[in-house]
Amino acid sequence: MFALPALMPALPEILLGVGALVLLMVGVFRDENSTDVVTGMAVALLIVAAAVMVLLPADGVTFDGAFVMDGFARFLKVLVLIGSAVAIAMSVAYARAEKFERFEYPVLIVIATLGMMMMISASDLISVYLGLELQSLALYVVASINRDQLRSTEAGLKYFVLGALSSGMLLYGASLVYGFTGHTDFAGIRAVLTADGASIGFVFGLVFMMAGFAFKVSAVPFHMWTPDVYEGAPTPVTAFFAAAPKIAAMAVLTRTVIDAFQPALTDWQQIIAFVAIASMALGAFAAIGQTNIKRLMAYSSIGHMGYALVGLAAGTATGVQGVLIYLATYLAMTAGAFACILAMRREDGMVEEISGLSGLARNNLVMGFLLAMIMFSLAGIPPFAGFFAKYFVFVAAVEAELYWLAVIGVVTSVVGAYYYLRIVKIIFFDEPAGAFKAMPAELRVVLGLSSAFVIFFGLVSGPLSDAAQAAARSLF
Amino acid sequence: MGDMPLLSIVTFLPLAGVFLILWNRANDEVAIRNIKMVALTTTVFTFLVSLFVWARFDATNPGFQLVEEARWMGDFVSYRMGVDGISVLFVILTTFLMPFCILASWRSIEYRVKEYMIAFLVLETLMIGVFCALDAVLFYVFFEGGLIPMFIIIGVWGGKRRFYASYKFFLYTLLGSVLMLVAIMAMYWDAGTTDITRLLQHPFPAAMQPWLWIAFFASFAVKMPMWPVHTWLPDAHVEAPTAGSVILAGILLKMGGYGFLRFSVPMFPLASADFAPMVFALSVVAIIYTSLVALMQDDIKKLIAYSSVAHMGFVTMGIFALNEQGVQGAIFQMISHGLVSGALFLCVGVVYDRMHTREITAYGGLVNRMPAYATVFLIFTMANVGLPGTSGFVGEFLTLMGAYEANTWVAFFAATGVILSAGYALWLFRRVVFGELTKDSLKGILDLSGREKALLVPLVVLVIYYGIYPLPILDATAASVDSLVKNYQAAIDAAAQTAAIAH
Repeated sequence: MFALPALMPALPEILLGVGALVLLMVGVFRDENSTDVVTGMAVALLIVAAAVMVLLPADGVTFDGAFVMDGFARFLKVLVLIGSAVAIAMSVAYARAEKFERFEYPVLIVIATLGMMMMISASDLISVYLGLELQSLALYVVASINRDQLRSTEAGLKYFVLGALSSGMLLYGASLVYGFTGHTDFAGIRAVLTADGASIGFVFGLVFMMAGFAFKVSAVPFHMWTPDVYEGAPTPVTAFFAAAPKIAAMAVLTRTVIDAFQPALTDWQQIIAFVAIASMALGAFAAIGQTNIKRLMAYSSIGHMGYALVGLAAGTATGVQGVLIYLATYLAMTAGAFACILAMRREDGMVEEISGLSGLARNNLVMGFLLAMIMFSLAGIPPFAGFFAKYFVFVAAVEAELYWLAVIGVVTSVVGAYYYLRIVKIIFFDEPAGAFKAMPAELRVVLGLSSAFVIFFGLVSGPLSDAAQAAARSLF
Repeated sequence: MGDMPLLSIVTFLPLAGVFLILWNRANDEVAIRNIKMVALTTTVFTFLVSLFVWARFDATNPGFQLVEEARWMGDFVSYRMGVDGISVLFVILTTFLMPFCILASWRSIEYRVKEYMIAFLVLETLMIGVFCALDAVLFYVFFEGGLIPMFIIIGVWGGKRRFYASYKFFLYTLLGSVLMLVAIMAMYWDAGTTDITRLLQHPFPAAMQPWLWIAFFASFAVKMPMWPVHTWLPDAHVEAPTAGSVILAGILLKMGGYGFLRFSVPMFPLASADFAPMVFALSVVAIIYTSLVALMQDDIKKLIAYSSVAHMGFVTMGIFALNEQGVQGAIFQMISHGLVSGALFLCVGVVYDRMHTREITAYGGLVNRMPAYATVFLIFTMANVGLPGTSGFVGEFLTLMGAYEANTWVAFFAATGVILSAGYALWLFRRVVFGELTKDSLKGILDLSGREKALLVPLVVLVIYYGIYPLPILDATAASVDSLVKNYQAAIDAAAQTAAIAH
């Protein structure tokens, strides 16, 4: 007899799925100025989904073990929803000025968010792939949303080709894992690995899956698409790419290796550690020569994913706690930085050169100060959030006795500090260039909230680290 | 005031001044004056409150006092504050020097006054925090956080090569410090806490100690600065505005010495004993080599900066003599150097504000036009040399005595540094102050103003007072230093016994 699976754990996803369709209808049937309405509704929908998740916690495994809702998923889903809502809100003024207002944009982001939430909750290789593809397909379209502009379409195409390749690798790896363990569900894979150990065929599959995931989190050596896509895509889209999809990809990677591949720790730990070191180093060195702020942020995000992976490489509850805190602070810092980048607009259009920030502290002290503090935080200087995030991942690496990983990590953070300092120098020390136009209200709100989080992190870190700890323990 | 969190109040009081300054949104003459007044009042008030810390401090108690504790960040880090005989003086020194910095900037800072004062007040909070923190991570937060305001102070209000100097300062110090951070994490997993009071009692495994010691050394040696990682200091000093130099020389350098006394020596006694010869060697090189370098400088500030490196060599030598005289002398030397080098930079600031150059050759014969300045400068020069009767003598004498007990040759070579310091300091004084006043540009130079006298006279008084009667400082530190040295000795003896049993 057919039994309906429990739906309550997936309630937020169902809300988003139905909501996306409703938004699409609203957009189609209200021909004139539907964009504002759809945008507002999309933000409201994401907030409602987050509220439902926090206020009506319904933990459990459903859909025959393919979908799991636990503390880990809830923590990351809230982050993803915040990231998506912020990305939609930040696009309004930009889309209007660049004349590509389309109601499809918020709808696509909602669909991508749905995919990300699937990824976060996936506990079966098939649902991993399902969520990943739903997210990716929406993102390819979003990258080329400004379809009249060559760079935007180029970014979309590049992203699609490389993304499809990575999905293929992931799928191939997943098929090998299935072939050599006989299971697609994480619990089954884990049981087989515990009983029989990791066979050579499984390790092959593991490597391919890791490569696919590394693509999605833009970790070295699968990072090449990141700077080009970041630079080419419209800036609000870049802001979106930099935050929510990275969080979701880290989440699915974390759950896969911890839940399914835990018995093969030594096999995947060296992959993650290598990828982490390569990402941190490349992120630090390659960013030094950049002149375009979006490209700089791309390399910066590569580096930051490297730091988050340090926590994962530890493979312990402390490490996952570090990853969660890192992702939360990364979200805040990225949102704040992109709120400033989106506000870099003069009479003759957007400024993307870093030199455009010259003397910002004298034209607009508040924005200059906050951006500088976010840069210090990205560099990992105390007392800002970025420092504590790094502290938590490195403390996990040291616990796992990966001393060399921790030492290399902190040393690359010093190299990275150089280019963040360069931005602070341009903001504070250089002679002022022309002033920017006034910041739109929604950007002010985003910048205010994120920089408050970054600067006063020391005050809120207690509850956050407790929440992250509880979330991390739900995986073990 | 029984249970007030006095140390937290002193630490975070300057931030109250920051909020008052932020309140002021106007940008005219009156507003700028108000901002300066607020900054001055805040620092003076902080100093007065810090005197309560001094009053409630019990010098006979070797442990931590005025301890505060609060849960902060999960299981990892707590908020813990407290002072002992080693740290309390540095707290007072910090709060004492800050009003001088604000006053010294009264006229010389002409633009972006608001940001300047905010940077200084934030810096004060972070510096006091370093000396009060009783949690290793909290210590690190304050220790590193201080880089940000100093980076901005050098970079915005500095001289011609300010970008280079600010980057070098920041990255040098950061690179040293991040290794310390990894060491703190390793200590956390070994001892299960970052509470300094408990770390002090935790016996770290002998195999781990050298690594931890090296990591901490990387941080503190750069901060100190010890030869050969001292090169950031002359650049930072030369480019920083006067008040920035005062803080750098007066307080920031002391964090290195404080760190050795708080972490390296008591927590890793075995490694400290093993590495002491290396520290001696580096100290002696620093004392002799940087004194010789100082002799050849054309820039007054650079000369004083190199002399700071030499004086810090005495401090490291004293600390790693690992006996009571040496450690007490090192602390005294740090306090004295804080006053003297701070005062010397203020003296340089006085003539720099008038002539806008620091080239030694641009001066000469100042005594003819500036007798009061010449007198004050002479006193500080003598204190820098270590003339008996000034505070500089006591510290150098005690550290040399301690070093003599530990290793005669080290004391012998270090003593030559005293002679060399007389060489460069007196020669500088001769070239700047004495001689005929031949340069036209100097003919109209004015003697000390009332504000400048108010700045320098209290420092003169203190330098001479502590030179003649050093007991207040030595008494305050005695109990804590005594227990530090005893614990160190006990750890060494215990290790020797285990080794003997093993054989």
